[in-house]
Amino acid sequence: MREIHVDTIKTKIAELCIDATHKLPEDVRVGLRLAETTEKGPLAKKILADLIENFDIAERQMVPLCQDTGTTVVFVELGQEVHIVGGSLEAAIHEGVGRGYTEGFLRASIVAHPFSTRQNTKNNTPAIIHYEIVSGNALHLKVLPKGAGCENMSRFANFLPRTGKDAIIDFVLRTVEESGGNPCPPLVIGVGIGGTAEYAMTMAKKAVARGVGTHDSDPEVAALEDEMRTKVNALGVGPQAVGGINTALTVNIITHPTHIASLPVGVNIQCHSARLKEVTL
Amino acid sequence: MAVERISELEVRLIPPITDEDVRQLKIGDHVLITGTIYTARDAAHKRMVDTIDAGGRLPIDVRGQLIYYVGPTPPRPGRVSGSVGPTTSMRMDPFTPRMLAAGMKACMGKGNRGIEVQKALEKYTGVYLMAVGGGGAMLSKFVRSTEVVAYEDLGTESIKKMVVENFPAVVMDDCMGRDLLTEGRKKYRDLSKLGSYVPSERIVIAAG
Repeated sequence: MREIHVDTIKTKIAELCIDATHKLPEDVRVGLRLAETTEKGPLAKKILADLIENFDIAERQMVPLCQDTGTTVVFVELGQEVHIVGGSLEAAIHEGVGRGYTEGFLRASIVAHPFSTRQNTKNNTPAIIHYEIVSGNALHLKVLPKGAGCENMSRFANFLPRTGKDAIIDFVLRTVEESGGNPCPPLVIGVGIGGTAEYAMTMAKKAVARGVGTHDSDPEVAALEDEMRTKVNALGVGPQAVGGINTALTVNIITHPTHIASLPVGVNIQCHSARLKEVTL
Repeated sequence: MAVERISELEVRLIPPITDEDVRQLKIGDHVLITGTIYTARDAAHKRMVDTIDAGGRLPIDVRGQLIYYVGPTPPRPGRVSGSVGPTTSMRMDPFTPRMLAAGMKACMGKGNRGIEVQKALEKYTGVYLMAVGGGGAMLSKFVRSTEVVAYEDLGTESIKKMVVENFPAVVMDDCMGRDLLTEGRKKYRDLSKLGSYVPSERIVIAAG
């Protein structure tokens, strides 16, 4: 049994929060640069150039990429041969987030009592944590600070089992078109197909975390990813919805077997500031 | 005159703004804002509109002013501004016609506005500007000073007086009822690739 102390986890989570909000992942940078070279709309092209300057300034001057430093979504993959010592894993993650947001001058955006007083918790806690128990003796932590502008545009629908892919494509297109500029395109679109309602939404979020320039290992799913991306870009919404040919940097799909009577589809919309940092302990 | 046209597409905007200034701004114009603007987002809007409803006085005189929908990150020591990009404007839609009626001339955020706001912009001669969403680090370089002037208890959502220089924005909705999302999309969409999907002629922005 390998032991990992909670103090290490607290420190790592705090670092990941600060890193993720200031340093855009390389794959997203590549995606934005490529979009800037292909864009036909002059205004859209200027916006993409601004976004490239933005990630450059954010890292060099340590100013957060976006003022919405997000809901802190944490994906935990805990090896079953790991023993967490010194306290609770869950409390350590929340403490790390609180520390990262306070010491990193990040915006505290979380409010308690969501439908009534909406009191700010002042340090962006609690985080949203997804746990997975995996084989091995490692602890993998992934921090995805999620902006609300795009998260609010996410959607879920149940389809008739025999509907087929065209209805799913139309659902994604409708979701993107009706969102307009609210979620800050060009987008990273995560789609979860199958499973159950909550599982489809979780797959959609995990699909976002898969990054730009990747494909599913199943060729049929990979083909659907390309078809959806081509169609989303044909909508003409463009960067910040000013009109252009780059509305999505990528469409990532994760599928799962489902019930004979079901075809659930979750769509998670991620803005161009697709922040993500991870570490393996 | 608060509006000065630099080129076919570029316009300098120096608040306070008059009806005449607003009429010169058209969708797609690049606007460079210099001078004093005010920040307010969800909670501050709710409080301001509640004050108007109760017959009270607003903590700032909004007449002729530009309101920027933003909740910045706290600046690091020694810096004038933290990350200072726009928030989603649509959440301010229920309040915007009232703010325009109170004399506000321009508002700035990101994303699109509902039809009620577009109508109110025509009725009260106002303009909706879009700053680059997710460009908060880049936008911080145009901020010269920030000072909390009202609702300090709201933290990042307080009303701040912000002095900016050449702060860039784009006219998204003008006072002639034109909307850049609708126009831009028509120009760049490719119906031949959309298969069975039928695009909406006028976009109904989803709630959020």
